[in-house]
Amino acid sequence: MYVFIALFACMFGYFAYFVTIGSKDVINNPYNTRIKNLSKDILRGSILARNGEELAKTEVSEDGTETRVYPYGNVFAHPIGYSTKGTTELEKLANMYLLNSSINIWDKISNEIWEKKNPGDTVVTTLDLGLQTFAYNVLGENKGAIVAIEPDTGKILAMVSKPSYNPNTLNEDWESIISDTNTDASLLNRVSQGLYPPGSTFKILTILEYIRENPDTYQDFSYTCTGTLQIGEYKLDCHDGHAHGTVGVKESLSLSCNGALATMGLQLDKEKFSELLEEFGYNKELPIDIEYKKSQFDSTVTSEWDIMQYSIGQGKTLQTPLHNAMITAAVANGGVMMKPYFIEKIINTEDEVVESFTPQAYKTVMTPEESDLLTEYMISVVSEGSGSLAGSEYAVVAGKTGSAEYNSNKDKHAWFTGFVPAEDPEIVFTIIIEGGASGGQVAAPIMKQLVDYYYEHVR
Amino acid sequence: MENIIIQVCKYLSIAIIIVYAIGAITVLWRKDEDDLKWNYRRQNMLSLLFHGVSYFAIIIYKKDLALIVFYVAQVIYFFVYMILYCKVHKRCCKPLISNMILLLSIGFVILTRLSIEKALRQFIFVCVASIITLIVPIFVRKLKAAKTWAGTCGVIGLILLIVVLGSSKVYGANLSIAIGSFSFQPSEFVKISYVLMVAVLLRNRKDFKRVIFATGIAAVHVIVLVLSTDLGGALIYFLTYLCMLYVATGQVGYIWSGLGCGSIAAWIAYMLFSHVKVRVEAWIDPWSIIDNKGLQIAQSLFAIGTGGWFGSGLYKGMPQTIPVVTKDYTFSAVSEEMGAITAVCMTIVCICCFIKFMQISMSINVKFYKLIGVGMACLYIIQLFLVIGGVTKFIPSTGVTLPFVSYGGSSIFSIFILFGIVQGLYIMRQNEDERIEQRREMERKKEIERRKRAREAKKRTEEGRRETSTQRA
Repeated sequence: MYVFIALFACMFGYFAYFVTIGSKDVINNPYNTRIKNLSKDILRGSILARNGEELAKTEVSEDGTETRVYPYGNVFAHPIGYSTKGTTELEKLANMYLLNSSINIWDKISNEIWEKKNPGDTVVTTLDLGLQTFAYNVLGENKGAIVAIEPDTGKILAMVSKPSYNPNTLNEDWESIISDTNTDASLLNRVSQGLYPPGSTFKILTILEYIRENPDTYQDFSYTCTGTLQIGEYKLDCHDGHAHGTVGVKESLSLSCNGALATMGLQLDKEKFSELLEEFGYNKELPIDIEYKKSQFDSTVTSEWDIMQYSIGQGKTLQTPLHNAMITAAVANGGVMMKPYFIEKIINTEDEVVESFTPQAYKTVMTPEESDLLTEYMISVVSEGSGSLAGSEYAVVAGKTGSAEYNSNKDKHAWFTGFVPAEDPEIVFTIIIEGGASGGQVAAPIMKQLVDYYYEHVR
Repeated sequence: MENIIIQVCKYLSIAIIIVYAIGAITVLWRKDEDDLKWNYRRQNMLSLLFHGVSYFAIIIYKKDLALIVFYVAQVIYFFVYMILYCKVHKRCCKPLISNMILLLSIGFVILTRLSIEKALRQFIFVCVASIITLIVPIFVRKLKAAKTWAGTCGVIGLILLIVVLGSSKVYGANLSIAIGSFSFQPSEFVKISYVLMVAVLLRNRKDFKRVIFATGIAAVHVIVLVLSTDLGGALIYFLTYLCMLYVATGQVGYIWSGLGCGSIAAWIAYMLFSHVKVRVEAWIDPWSIIDNKGLQIAQSLFAIGTGGWFGSGLYKGMPQTIPVVTKDYTFSAVSEEMGAITAVCMTIVCICCFIKFMQISMSINVKFYKLIGVGMACLYIIQLFLVIGGVTKFIPSTGVTLPFVSYGGSSIFSIFILFGIVQGLYIMRQNEDERIEQRREMERKKEIERRKRAREAKKRTEEGRRETSTQRA
């Protein structure tokens, strides 16, 4: 008899857990038509930027028709998403809050009596209107993405993906957006769902593994670069065939010397390296609340050529800009990777806080010493290496460039990922320009502009 | 306005059921007749109040006068049943009756909300079942004489199950036999004759040979059920047998080896039958196969999750989106619209019934009856566990009904019989107590009489002695 009662006690525990905590994820499932039902009684709430600007709101015309309005149109299309054709991104993530009314009970009752809809709660995001707009404009006509994160909290301040779309006219534009001839993929949030070869930005991890495997001797590493590394029948070129001369570990990163990194990569313990990559989130689920793709790394390869390729972030390795930013932020934050988040707090229409969210550490991926060392190397990338165009007069920039080949014509995406100020990091930017050819020439200058804007207007 | 009424009714009914559940727990350990009587009245009042409040919300929403008639009919039924049962069986177990009434009223409310037509049919089933099963307790008292044909009964049951195996398919499982326009599920009834048969087999022998024999017969039942893809039924039969075997022999070893064999058998069934595989897959990850196989459990979780602790209020949720909601998934519907609190309190009331069953069984000294009591209690609690665990994704879903609440004639009849049998055991025990009491009373009287006589005799002899001594003096 007590066995049965114990079984039921377990079940009650599970049930209570499910009802209070577990159900939150479940009920946001798009198959749950109940949520739609809620909007019959509740006027969908607004979404605000962190300083209170309205990014999305529902307007009711005199005849009672509701329109979801996005005042900044294309600029915020990606972090905010839409709620007119299903829900995506923040509109999806915050769906339950937007369709829940936390006004006081008497107002609710009076609304019931007068048959007025209750106002849904307002979601205050971590997004910065100025920074997002600037980042959107700085990308110009390029396809690509920019993400800005606070390394010590995980707050996302900007998330731009281009080409974008106008959520206000989504219904009219839908056919042309999804037509086969349209190759823009403008509905895709490239920050969290765009998978790109990480190219040289990946070298941070190759070097970290090299240091871990050779803790006492890594400083003795030396490689003489002639512009091409030839191993057997394989030839690996450095960027634009530059001959970097004799380099140590630090120079190999700052000059982004492919030959040196491939040499290091060949010496690494493959098992341990893929363990490290998984620890950093490759092939794993990440703590990201909106829809995202898992970054990929193929650890089954055996040929020397493939190993050389993955050591420099090429081959089958693919990564999202957001994941790249998370790794950079972990370096900036003394080795602790924070969970990225968008929602600062939920308030009701009387500005009372209903729920607020605090930063959450996801995991510690390296020691503070390792983080300091990598920071030092990344400073040298900007001060004396491939990323010199990212240098700003306002602060010391630490970062890494990347020029990632994505086809057999040797066309390249331009990457830059880095943070400022290097000594006490406040913000991480990760930039990718599709087909931008050179991280140092194309992405690094954008980094400088973002840093300047950050110091002039955001701080 | 209507929404406010529905919401107020929701909170009221939650408050009522909480008070009811507390009452149901505390009464378990009460023995005093007056206490019981008072509790019985209070609990029934609460049930009727719960029923009334919920129906008020339904009527306000539906604005259909015919529903008032239906409501009144139900109330009349409750009163008639409560009074009649206590008149026919003066010593019946009153807390069990109250709990039945509460569960039935929850069932009527949620079925009316889901489908008025089904609620009407259910009401008729309940009325008929109540009248027919009124005699069950009397039958139990005569059961001693029926020991011989309990075996026959068991054989017939087994044959019925095999017939089902060859008949039509309903919801992926061969569960029912259709006779004319009626279809009934033999496994619901066979489980009762099955318990009787096992009780007969194990009543006075617990040697290894007999255990093997009984186990063989039980195994045949289980295998037939698995073949007809009634997994819930198979599990109920199997676990009930193990519990009865343990009570009969007192050896824990049987339970362990039984569970071991059961696990192996379950694994084999998993490998062999796609039906089993589907259920397990839907349990492990319903989200990836939400388009077809995972839909039911996913919808159930949506319902419970969206409803939350207090529920959405009647008609404010969407329980009709859960496939087969009136049968297997009534629990989710109750949880969605009447609140998870109501669902938990309802479960607590069911567990109280089980504890009462066990208390009754354990107080019986005759092994045969004790086994029947334990068997019935196990049938009930295992079924409850499977259905609630199934719809909340605690365990893989097996497709059994929630006793008294779910729609279904066979399931209603069978649960009425089950409760009737336990009532019969209780009444028998009470009568036995009374007889013992009477015997003791008589013995005490005799004793007093004897002592009195002895004292008189002594007096007389003493008087006699005194007389002789005075004569001597």
